[in-house]
Amino acid sequence: MSRDERSALQGKRLHKIVEYVYHNVPFYRNKLQELDIRPDDIQTIEDITKLPFTTKKDLRDNYPFGLQAAPQSEIIRIHASSGTTGNPTIVGYTRKDIGVWSECMARCLTAYGVTRDDIFSVAYGYGLFTGGLGAHYGVEHIGASVIPAGTGNTEKHLKLIRDLGITGLACTPSYALYLAETMDKLGIRKEDLKLRVGAFGAEPWTESMRQEIEARLGLKGFNIYGLSEVMGPSVSYECQMQNGSHICEDHFYPEIINPVTLEPLPAGQTGELVFTTLTKEGMPVLRYRTRDLCSLLPGTCDCGRTEVRMGRIQGRSDDMLIIRGINVFPSQVESVVLSMPEFAPHYMLVVDRVNNLDTLQVQVELRQEVFTSTFDTPAAVDELEKRLAAKLKSVLSIAAKVQLKAPGTIERSQGKSAHVIDKRKL
Amino acid sequence: MTIHQLSIFIENRSGTLIKVLDALKEANIQLIATTIADTAEYGILRIVCAEPMRACEELKKAGIAVAISDVFALQLDNKPGSAADVIKLFSLAGISITYIYTFLLRGKGILVFRTDNTDLAKKTIEENQLPYIAEADLTDWA
Amino acid sequence: MSNYFNPEFETLTREQIEALQLERLQKTVRHCMNNEFYRKKFAEAGITPDDIKTLADVRKIPFTTKQDLRDTYPFGMSCVPLRDCVRLHSSSGTTGNPTVILHTKKDLDEWANQVARNLWMVGLRPDDVFQNSSGYGMFTGGLGFQYGAEKLGMLTVPAAAGNSLRQIKFIKDFGTTAIHAVPSYVTRLYEVMKEEGVDPRRDTKLKVLAIGAEPHSEEQRKRIEDMMGVKAYNSFGMSEMCGPGVGFECPEQNGLHFWEDYYIVEIVDPDTLEPVPDGEIGELVLTTLCREAMPLLRYRTRDLTRVLGRTCPCGRNHIRLDRMKGRSDDMMVLRGVNIFPIQIEKILMQFSELANNYLITLTTDEENDNMTVEVELAQSTDDYAKLQALEKEIRRRLKDEILLTPIVKLVPLGTLPVSEGKAVRVEDKRKVYQ
Repeated sequence: MSRDERSALQGKRLHKIVEYVYHNVPFYRNKLQELDIRPDDIQTIEDITKLPFTTKKDLRDNYPFGLQAAPQSEIIRIHASSGTTGNPTIVGYTRKDIGVWSECMARCLTAYGVTRDDIFSVAYGYGLFTGGLGAHYGVEHIGASVIPAGTGNTEKHLKLIRDLGITGLACTPSYALYLAETMDKLGIRKEDLKLRVGAFGAEPWTESMRQEIEARLGLKGFNIYGLSEVMGPSVSYECQMQNGSHICEDHFYPEIINPVTLEPLPAGQTGELVFTTLTKEGMPVLRYRTRDLCSLLPGTCDCGRTEVRMGRIQGRSDDMLIIRGINVFPSQVESVVLSMPEFAPHYMLVVDRVNNLDTLQVQVELRQEVFTSTFDTPAAVDELEKRLAAKLKSVLSIAAKVQLKAPGTIERSQGKSAHVIDKRKL
Repeated sequence: MTIHQLSIFIENRSGTLIKVLDALKEANIQLIATTIADTAEYGILRIVCAEPMRACEELKKAGIAVAISDVFALQLDNKPGSAADVIKLFSLAGISITYIYTFLLRGKGILVFRTDNTDLAKKTIEENQLPYIAEADLTDWA
Repeated sequence: MSNYFNPEFETLTREQIEALQLERLQKTVRHCMNNEFYRKKFAEAGITPDDIKTLADVRKIPFTTKQDLRDTYPFGMSCVPLRDCVRLHSSSGTTGNPTVILHTKKDLDEWANQVARNLWMVGLRPDDVFQNSSGYGMFTGGLGFQYGAEKLGMLTVPAAAGNSLRQIKFIKDFGTTAIHAVPSYVTRLYEVMKEEGVDPRRDTKLKVLAIGAEPHSEEQRKRIEDMMGVKAYNSFGMSEMCGPGVGFECPEQNGLHFWEDYYIVEIVDPDTLEPVPDGEIGELVLTTLCREAMPLLRYRTRDLTRVLGRTCPCGRNHIRLDRMKGRSDDMMVLRGVNIFPIQIEKILMQFSELANNYLITLTTDEENDNMTVEVELAQSTDDYAKLQALEKEIRRRLKDEILLTPIVKLVPLGTLPVSEGKAVRVEDKRKVYQ
């Protein structure tokens, strides 16, 4: 599709989606009315700059189904990602949404060179996280065999990769490196495997990580990008050129803005990535601020695709951390710590990467009031530790190692970032 | 019938133990017995000392979190088997011992322990007329 | 709306069912001849597909066992080219060869149809909110119910297993009307609800529970229904057949309907392998009638049960079987996970710090099903931190193998009962088979 054709299609779809949310989502109707915009004012894709932004906070304020545009009976799937505090971000999908998602995913796998003859192992987490089921449906869509390996049990996973002649692997790049470590441990060589394609995403990674993964697993590794608020994995994907990720922009329209002034930035400049879903029924979003910092690459790609490419994610315009592919906000930890009277409002997140696996340690400070006559055995301390760990897991979706600290021993923080020590070198 | 024991949560890193001991030294508190229940990441330091309530206040002043627990301290005959004979009485009464340690005070063996049922333990001590030491004894004998 | 999801199949008469079964059996047997394993088996038994003239002729066909699946690992049981397969599930554990189950796109559709049929049968409709609190990935309870519930058109929440606080939050916030989970997890959820001050009758919109993947007694079911204030329906499945969906209770709750348009059900004496009369307990043997990728002929499930009847007031004349009464092998089922004692033994023996004696105890504590593995230390030590680390490492390795975390107790040498001959290493104190 030529760029002009696509712009025309995008404009048409944008008009349709604005009309759709105007009539079906009170939140958007109110926002548009406040700005005195009617759906008919939006006719071309350039008109998008008239529209208001949507933020994670809007999603939180409208928890759980406030931004849903389709009636409940049409929604067949829910996914959730981390909210900034206790409530997760909920996204509902209609049957058509799942179809579009599978198609985008198939588009991306095809660009990687995957065919129905491939056997693809999906080692993202399954369940509410979009990584597992998203990749899964895409692989099935193109007719390749999918192995829903999920996370964990790495030795068995490797055995299957070898014995079944698995050719494709979808996981986080750090897990790919962890697989390589485990191969060394078990004496499995890359020559024993038939791996040839990797779909790596859900966390930022570098070119040198790519080189290492490709060398140690003997495959070609491609970036895959996505977020549940927009859809899930396959919002953008690398082609054989491995030079930027093509955005499925007939479904997800990208903009780059200055995160402070919110003004659009020209191609090539780094700023915050913003997406508008052009075809989504369940929960469309207008100008959703991803908080991911990157640029849109100018020029065309040698692969022949005219879809615009985005560069690597350079960072975040908020304090979100990505740990084992899961988004974590320090404020989530804070909400848990504040909900338990045993702890002072001082905490620290220590993130590290040990043997290519991300670790999260949460240090919290005990209050003097905890020290009652029965707080004199390790069992009593363990019980408190376990209770906190369970609460953290329920909010963060990943396990954190809890470290209790004596009163007054955590450094008093000034500002937000002071709550995080990230020892990983990303 | 019980004495006050200090329980202090200390992380496993250098400097934490000496901070506690220094604070007690500053306050001129005489230690009588100490033990640590250690785990991979932290320990619970248990202290029997003279003037435990003052010690507790001093530690708090020094910014150290401390709990006061009521524990039993029985006096034993210095001969083999005396600890077994005593503990058996509690066992027969259906009382579980949470933790236990011993020390010598003026040549007499002292058995310190906490149970899961303080009232029943007190009754057992009374019924069997077991010799126990009281808080005042600690200050006097130390 | 109809009471039936597939009225044309669900309300067949016995004669119609049997006619359909014969037709499908003949087709399946012919399809199996694409596969070397079955060709050899048929040749050894001296039969050809043409010998299957009546439904009773199914007994001429040799049995298939789990060992056959292991011996033909990974793809030896496949009856279609690999490129026609779109999904693979595999049993847990690294001990020996795992079993591999292949599916074509049509197999997945048929599987989803069975699950959707079951959920429809117990009153669920597209307006319902279905929370699937079952493990995803290789475990078929996750994806099986996901596809089935989506096929029915319900809002499906892939909550996956664990994280009870979040499960309860979703039940309340999404207005969840149906949950699928293993029975022991439902009791666990209830316990956490109680702690959090949530009353399932007052604070939720629940109306249906689907429980399965682990054996449970009628008493356990009643207790679950009393706790949650809703009906709980027993679900039977096994990955070799597809996964969940094979058998399910109807609103009469008088046994599990096994879908005879998909399976031929036989109950045999596990020793003589001869059929037992209706009402007598024996081993369940299943033959798939609609599978493309990996049809199984007379597969010995090792589950013990009996036939309760072949008609039902609900209008479905598909055979009704009793809840599972036990196993004809030493497999344990805990929280929906299948575990063989040998898997645990293999891990324990890798630790030089441990002696040879161990004991596995299964208990129900405060509504939780737990596994405790007691194992003797080869040597005594006073290093508490080291013991802690050892215990943790054993737990981790066991979890990798059996997918759930047991309680590990290190005990001094000589404290466990010494066993002679074939050791009794498992004590199941739960009352699951009643």
